[in-house]
Amino acid sequence: MKYSAWQVFKEGLTGNKGWKPVWREPEPKAEYDVVIVGGGGHGLSTAYYLAKEFGVTNVCVVEKGWLGGGNIGRNTTIIRSNYLLEGNQPFYEKSLKLWEGLEQDFNYNAMVSQRSIINLIHSDAQRDAFARRANAMRLSGADSEILDKAGIMKACPFLDFDNARFPIQGALRQKRGGTVRHDAVAWGYARGADERGVDILQNCEMTGFIRDKDGAVVGVETAKGQIRAKKVAVCVAGSSSRVMSMAGMRLPIESHVLQAFVSEGLKPIIPGVITFGAGHFYVSQSDKGGLVFGGDIDGYNTYAQRGNLPVVEDVCEGGMAIMPMIGRARLLRMWGGIMDMSMDGSPFITKTDIPGLYFNGGWCYGGFKATPASGYCYAHLLATDRMHEVATQFRLDRFRRGLPIDEKGQGAQPNLH
Amino acid sequence: MIINHPLLGPRDAAEFVYKGDVGLIDRPDGMSDDLDTFHDYAYLRDNPAGEHQELWYHEQGDRSWLVVTRSTLTHEITKVELARDVARARGRSS
Ligand SMILES: Cc1cc2nc3c(=O)[nH]c(=O)nc-3n(C[C@H](O)[C@H](O)[C@H](O)COP(=O)(O)OP(=O)(O)OC[C@H]3O[C@@H](n4cnc5c(N)ncnc54)[C@H](O)[C@@H]3O)c2cc1C
Repeated sequence: MKYSAWQVFKEGLTGNKGWKPVWREPEPKAEYDVVIVGGGGHGLSTAYYLAKEFGVTNVCVVEKGWLGGGNIGRNTTIIRSNYLLEGNQPFYEKSLKLWEGLEQDFNYNAMVSQRSIINLIHSDAQRDAFARRANAMRLSGADSEILDKAGIMKACPFLDFDNARFPIQGALRQKRGGTVRHDAVAWGYARGADERGVDILQNCEMTGFIRDKDGAVVGVETAKGQIRAKKVAVCVAGSSSRVMSMAGMRLPIESHVLQAFVSEGLKPIIPGVITFGAGHFYVSQSDKGGLVFGGDIDGYNTYAQRGNLPVVEDVCEGGMAIMPMIGRARLLRMWGGIMDMSMDGSPFITKTDIPGLYFNGGWCYGGFKATPASGYCYAHLLATDRMHEVATQFRLDRFRRGLPIDEKGQGAQPNLH
Repeated sequence: MIINHPLLGPRDAAEFVYKGDVGLIDRPDGMSDDLDTFHDYAYLRDNPAGEHQELWYHEQGDRSWLVVTRSTLTHEITKVELARDVARARGRSS
């Protein structure tokens, strides 16, 4: 069924009885060309682009829970391409371009909203660093602008410009950045993949790899039995180390929790996404009116999908410092998600040393914006066995080769990225 | 989380800085060990779901390094030792 305004109108007049389930609930086949482990945003977009762009349709996605239950449904929905390094920025710009055409492409309303992202500047040194970043963004074909104090006062008059510790002196703005309805992204990709013949198996945990006598991976053990595959593509975000350890691999990854917060619904007051990096706080406003905000990761290894109170306090202090009006809003909900923090803060889309086994992970707290390009580039790798040109540096062996992609220059300390 | 410091008693985890897996105590020998050993030491982690031994630094306290045994599934802390004692027991320090 193709969704359209006409369809909504027609269903409205006929009692909404014609809507069909958005994807099938198939039984697994004995063998596929590609089995994708993990039905989050990245796994589903990989399946979609494999089928749509590369003609590989004999594909299944095994998901241990339900679609949208992982980080794809837990993040704060920010999209942007404002990175500095060559290994990252062209990739994120490709992703932003894919977001721009996504809803027409997969015929699903994901509420992509390019309402801009603003990074605040508080010092001359920070202005220099952001000017350099703005130039790097433009070199990759992205948009960027540096706002002076008057410019940011006009855009966000409610900020505390004369904050004693962090007076606001300007901002880096990317107008094409913004927000997207996160779970609609999972559903849209799932529907598009399913339509093209991909089997999506929910409540189907992968519990082990099947290896042949030479050690190659030739399938997976799952809650629904053995499924053989020519290629197994792991894509499990915060569970990366757990799943890859079943193949005997240790990863350059630690699992950490990031918390998110939403206030009661308010009338529109915030124009776009605002980040106060110096104070570890960022905020946007959802279409329902809630202020969606967050800050730092908790900072210790964890698989519990909840954080602790010190970070709650820290985030709320950051909000009060830069945007005092937030104190009038009541906090409605908060939650946590487990992310795979890598040793340089950058991701992996890569082959492994084990034939038949591919890995996508290490997305840290920034993988939502990457969802389209991550799926596209992973599909490219799975279909052609070559890296896509914007993802050549996301290799698992980059540390061994002395080529980390460390945006912050922090070194091998995951909780500092 | 409350960390039961062996010398100071129960302290809020917010007073500490988290470093990571206790394996970081076992730094390879810069003269005799090869690059692969250093790579694995610096970059690879077990990252288990369950019991985890890890280094915490009491920055806003007595500046001691602790080895905390904690569950990464529940955050329950079952053991806290001075890192000095753990390192000595491993023959890392005199
Ligand atoms: C609070 C929070 C805020 C965030 N905010 C942003 C943001 O504003 N912008 C941004 O770009 N990024 C953000 N992120 C990061 C982003 O959400 C993640 O990087 C991204 O969603 C990870 O990819 P995914 O969607 O595929 O992950 P997930 O949705 O977590 O998918 C992984 C899937 O694998 C499944 N799985 C695990 N183990 C198995 C197994 N053994 N067998 C089968 N299936 C398995 C899981 O059930 C899960 O569904 C945020 C993250 C959090 C937690």
